Amino acid sequence: MTYNWDFHSVWQYYDLFVWGLWISVVYTFASILFGVLIGFVACAARLSRWRVLNLMARAYQEIFRCTPLLVQLLWFYYAFPLLVGGSIDNRVAALLTLSLYVGAFYAEIFRSGIVSIDKGQREAAAAIGMSPWQSMRRIVLPQALKRMLPSFINQSVIQFKNTSLVSVISVADLAYMAAVVNGQTYRPLESYTVMALLYIAMLLPLTQAADWIEKRLRVSD
Amino acid sequence: MKTNANSTAAVPVISVVGLRKSYGSHEVLKGIDLSLLRGEVVALIGPSGSGKSTLIRCLNMMETPSQGVVSFRQQDVGDRFRDTGDKIGIGTLRRHVGMVFQHFNLFPHKTVLQNVTEGPIVVCGRPRQEADALAMDLLNQVGLVDKHAAYPNHLSGGQKQRVAIARALAMEPEVLLLDEVTSALDPELVGEVLAVIKRLGEGGMTMAIVTHEMSFAAEVSSRVLFLDHGIIAQEGRPDDIILNPQNERLRSFVSRFKS
Ligand SMILES: Nc1ncnc2c1ncn2[C@@H]1O[C@H](COP(=O)(O)OP(=O)(O)OP(=O)(O)O)[C@@H](O)[C@H]1O
Ligand SMILES: [Mg+2]
Repeated sequence: MTYNWDFHSVWQYYDLFVWGLWISVVYTFASILFGVLIGFVACAARLSRWRVLNLMARAYQEIFRCTPLLVQLLWFYYAFPLLVGGSIDNRVAALLTLSLYVGAFYAEIFRSGIVSIDKGQREAAAAIGMSPWQSMRRIVLPQALKRMLPSFINQSVIQFKNTSLVSVISVADLAYMAAVVNGQTYRPLESYTVMALLYIAMLLPLTQAADWIEKRLRVSD
Repeated sequence: MKTNANSTAAVPVISVVGLRKSYGSHEVLKGIDLSLLRGEVVALIGPSGSGKSTLIRCLNMMETPSQGVVSFRQQDVGDRFRDTGDKIGIGTLRRHVGMVFQHFNLFPHKTVLQNVTEGPIVVCGRPRQEADALAMDLLNQVGLVDKHAAYPNHLSGGQKQRVAIARALAMEPEVLLLDEVTSALDPELVGEVLAVIKRLGEGGMTMAIVTHEMSFAAEVSSRVLFLDHGIIAQEGRPDDIILNPQNERLRSFVSRFKS
């Protein structure tokens, strides 16, 4: 059987693809931004001496790391409104879920980066009279950030792919738009291939950059 | 140099009274009284696990004593970073009490010069140019001026430890605490570090030195403390403690390390 490829009819809808791609990028960046803030707070809580804060942050992390993102999206869109009464906009639910999800992973990346720095570094900083905050900012963090960077980029690449799940709650991202185009053209092979190629085009430069950065960091260590 | 302690007035720079330290139910220090007089070089010797590191780390509050008080220039040190009321803060204490570690703990993301200027600039708020000049002078004293732009991982162990000493000196400390600073070094690099320390002692720096180098301890110190099971078991002039030990346990300990 020979398949008659017809990208032409699919490409008529290129504006839908472009719009979907834009939405995916927006959700990725917005959720990374909020995720970093959430991750920072959760990481600080994990490192604090307060047991209650510590436990709360741990609970948050485990809940979001141990349930699939799809389940979280469905829960926040369909279940959460019943719990609090009222309804939730699907775009709000999507952004909220994506941010909380990636924040849980970022918190762990931040935390393990910080605790991986030898405690002798903190002692040396303390020994010349630095306050804990000065030691964190000038000695520990610069070294920890360098160590975190590869996993941070990696998690962010995964996050871009993860945004495709918001289509199940009808957020018009790239995956959603591909389905729309398919519905119009009855050309699933072409519609979904274009979608896949667009994801690759976005992420390939990023993964290459991550490899390059990782190699450079290893040299300068 | 051994006359330093006698020639200046007997002022304690740093002292502890009734110092006890426990980790859980394990009591490591069991009541230590110790004063470091200005210009004095005190060597701490003793078997592994006797509490030498714990004691020296209590002197700059790197470990928090379970009981007893540390005082600096006859002022009690509190448990806060900042000065509170009549107690001086841990931060103030550490600004005047330098420490050099067995494993150097240089800041790997900073150059040799930046390692040395970090304290003066960040902690003391001195202008960069002034701190640079001070640091270059200190690097000159430890023989490492030409390495000022290098990163620590390009240095030998002996060079790293000399940078660490310069970093501590850059704070212009009144006391220097050294915990087995040559133990992580290859034997052929030990000499260059000991020479720097010896010169500091001759220059009148007050020091507490934990070491297993018996002949070095005998040479530089004005007083030797033999720590055993968390107490000061013997104390005296190096001639009596190291060169001519009377106590049986001390004699067998010293003979094991004398090279
Ligand atoms: N952070 C800690 N937690 C629990 N126990 C500790 C801790 N630090 C030290 N100890 C214990 O305290 C005792 C004394 O330790 P310390 O390091 O002061 O001995 P030391 O005389 O310096 O020995 P060494 O010559 O081996 O360096 C040891 O039994 C050690 O296991
Ligand atoms: Mg020790």
